[in-house]
Amino acid sequence: MSGETHEAVHRHPAPTGFIRKYIFSLDHKVIGIQYIMLALVAVLVGMTMSVLMRMNLSWPGTNWPILGTLFPGGAPDGMMTPEFYLSLVTMHGTIMVFFVLTTAPQGGFGNYFLPIQIGAEDMAFPVLNMLSFWVTLVGFIVILSAIFFSGADSTVGPIGGWTGYAPLSALPNAGPGQGMGMNLWIISIAIFCVGSLLGALNFITTLLNMRTRGMSLMRMPLTCWAWFTTAVLALLSFPVLLGGGILLLLDRLAGTSFFIPGGLYLSGILSGTDERFPLHTGGSPILWQHLFWFFGHPEVYIAILPGMGATSHILSTFARKPVFGYRAMVFAIFAIGLLGFFVWGHHMFISGMSPYSAMTFSILTLSIGVPSAVKTFNWLGTLWGGRIRFTTAMLFAIGFVSLFVAGGITGLVLGQTSLDLPMHDTYFVTAHFHLVMGVASIFGMFAATYFWFPKMFGRLMNESLGKFHFWITFIGVYCIFVPMHTMGIVGMPRRFAQFTEYEYLKTLHPLVVFVSIAAIATVLAQIVFYFNLLWSIFKGKRAGENPWDATTLEWTTASPPPHDNFAGHLPVVYRGPYEFAVPGAANDFVMQTEPEVILQAVGSGREGTSGNGHDGHRH
Amino acid sequence: MGRALAVIIWILTLLSVSLFFIDKWWFPTAISSHAAALDRQFLITIIVVGLAFTAAQVGLGYMVWKYREDADRSRATYTHGSSKLEVIWTVVTAIIFIGLAVMGQSVWASLRFNDAPPGSYQVEVVAQQFQWNFHYPGTDRVFGRTDPNLIDDSGLNFIGLDEADPNAKDDAVHTVLAIPSGRPVELLLRSKDVIHNIWVPQLRFKQDLVPGMVIRVHFTANTPGKYELACAELCGQLHFQMKSYLLVLPDDELGALTALPQDQFQTRMTELLAKYKLPAQN
Repeated sequence: MSGETHEAVHRHPAPTGFIRKYIFSLDHKVIGIQYIMLALVAVLVGMTMSVLMRMNLSWPGTNWPILGTLFPGGAPDGMMTPEFYLSLVTMHGTIMVFFVLTTAPQGGFGNYFLPIQIGAEDMAFPVLNMLSFWVTLVGFIVILSAIFFSGADSTVGPIGGWTGYAPLSALPNAGPGQGMGMNLWIISIAIFCVGSLLGALNFITTLLNMRTRGMSLMRMPLTCWAWFTTAVLALLSFPVLLGGGILLLLDRLAGTSFFIPGGLYLSGILSGTDERFPLHTGGSPILWQHLFWFFGHPEVYIAILPGMGATSHILSTFARKPVFGYRAMVFAIFAIGLLGFFVWGHHMFISGMSPYSAMTFSILTLSIGVPSAVKTFNWLGTLWGGRIRFTTAMLFAIGFVSLFVAGGITGLVLGQTSLDLPMHDTYFVTAHFHLVMGVASIFGMFAATYFWFPKMFGRLMNESLGKFHFWITFIGVYCIFVPMHTMGIVGMPRRFAQFTEYEYLKTLHPLVVFVSIAAIATVLAQIVFYFNLLWSIFKGKRAGENPWDATTLEWTTASPPPHDNFAGHLPVVYRGPYEFAVPGAANDFVMQTEPEVILQAVGSGREGTSGNGHDGHRH
Repeated sequence: MGRALAVIIWILTLLSVSLFFIDKWWFPTAISSHAAALDRQFLITIIVVGLAFTAAQVGLGYMVWKYREDADRSRATYTHGSSKLEVIWTVVTAIIFIGLAVMGQSVWASLRFNDAPPGSYQVEVVAQQFQWNFHYPGTDRVFGRTDPNLIDDSGLNFIGLDEADPNAKDDAVHTVLAIPSGRPVELLLRSKDVIHNIWVPQLRFKQDLVPGMVIRVHFTANTPGKYELACAELCGQLHFQMKSYLLVLPDDELGALTALPQDQFQTRMTELLAKYKLPAQN
């Protein structure tokens, strides 16, 4: 790397004023924390909505006076209206996918740790970095405003699910929830796309151009590979959603017909015969689905890849053992990223798309299971022969592996065209994607939080509270999502405001109630996490530079790191990222910056210095 | 801690897997001719899924039990992996996963790669927000002309049927789907407004109805009875109430129904709905 040029360009003095330091900061670390705070707020909104939904599903007809007080329109007499419920579905999904699962793993932890882990002083474009956060925040404010501007419909947002299928989402006269709330929903997502694009450009440039001396690609921590691949996915997929969103907005506001076919008859009016329903003709509802899922499928990998990276990193650190099959892990990340662009049609088997396309997408979809399985094998391989330290971070990383398998494996069912006939749009799907893209990703982020908190704030989180949080959450999410598979097999459809209309669903009622109780308990356990987070910032045990005996660059600098990360001395890297248990070395970990392995005793042999990323993978 | 975690992982695995053995929380009894093959494919897949899930969780539990940091503080094994193992597990999973994907196409191909057999019983399905309309061609087996300009919900012409068309004379429109038992059925799926989805769990069949398109699908039901029919694609406020029934009738009973003029058709349908009972719960 041409160190001289980029240092001159990117070095900026530490700000002194409060506003430049903490609000409009150019420092990737502050921006990372801002993203994490945004996600921590967004996830509270999303979780609250999920509890409200569970209450409505499990105890239909119950009068909840508190609901009546809070939402006099949406829950008159304390009973939720179906449109209110469906707006909760939509907002929960949108907020969780965009403002939690895309924001924390990539914008948050990626922003904070990618530059430090590759030995850079900051992101390549600090101003762009600041802008990407603030744009994202505006997106969040817009989606929240949908809660308040949907009052006329007595909803808290649009009705469309997070997928917003046209023409329901394209027709303002298609009933409650299709008015201003839908406009704001589309605008929010479009803004989010812009923020993510700016961020993606920054990540890619930073990683390619700003690695410190000795940090070859194959010496990077797997976290960096994951963030890099995620950024590439975001760069290629978000523009498609942005384009789709703009077209959808034009259909709604400018009278175009990208997604609206001719001859529609809605609420007693034929399109074009009345000013309340202007003429539309020639659009394709399926086009929206193609555009949405061309983004939407890579999006699920955007959500989970950083969690995979963090898990690999943390498993190795606390198993005190090099990552098993580093090279295979890198290839698997790439394979997932690449194949992720060719499987979107598995969301559309029964959409009216050609059945031959469906077959092609189906086979490609099951192929993507292969690199996912390879990663799982390598995680088990990393634990094998280790000396596992059960920190809270490690518990969550192990939990990630367990949940990734539990959620991912049912893709084998859903990816098959035939089996999609009974399973499509049932709770089996809900269970599958919540476990794998929701809960597993969140476990990756919990692991990352407990692991990196001491670096970010100089203090350790409380381990006892952390472990309590882990046990409840781990058992809780199994109790919530495994029974949903069963509901799906019986045939319970998603996005139903009530199940009381159907006889064949009555047998499932005890499971529905069980899931709701588990969900409420799990949500309550998160209070412990929030408390631990706040308490530890001020009262946690002091961490020091390297509390975990870890090997990568972030552990060579102060906690928290200074403004330029390495106090003016960029580190030099001599070896691969996971040199634990090197035979003959004095410590059981050798940091990336150590030029020589200090031998414990004479005669241990020089192979101890392998694992430098080039010849260390044939043991 | 390692032992506790291992035990919890194993217990959760055991409980998760056993949930799939509870009969009353399984597919409802199937009534379509493709369902046997589909259910078999599902069973094979879920067994593979269950075995892989169990193996991975048991393995994970074993690792955290066996390799917890112990008192002697000896070092972990220093290894960066094994190319041989990588190749083996990549190839083995690829064969299993892609094999399943290919097997999974056969039912799909039988339903979707060919047209409905000649002589199939045809019904046109016109979905609209929160209501199903089933258009029966009558004894001439030709659908009367429909035109969006003639749609009049308040006048109860939900599908815009042109009464002036001679082919429409013997047509009937009803909110319940009646089909023959043991004979191929072809549905012509349309929507008036937004996307809907026709879903009968016992049929193991689901298909979107997309405005602007006519989607033709076919299947054969072979057990007479009454079954609940749902909309399975979010279509707006009262989506959860967009319910109807599928009546699978012996051929002669359906023939008699179809031959009736429109007003008697309605009455007879009401009688049939009362005559047949929903299947008992598993």
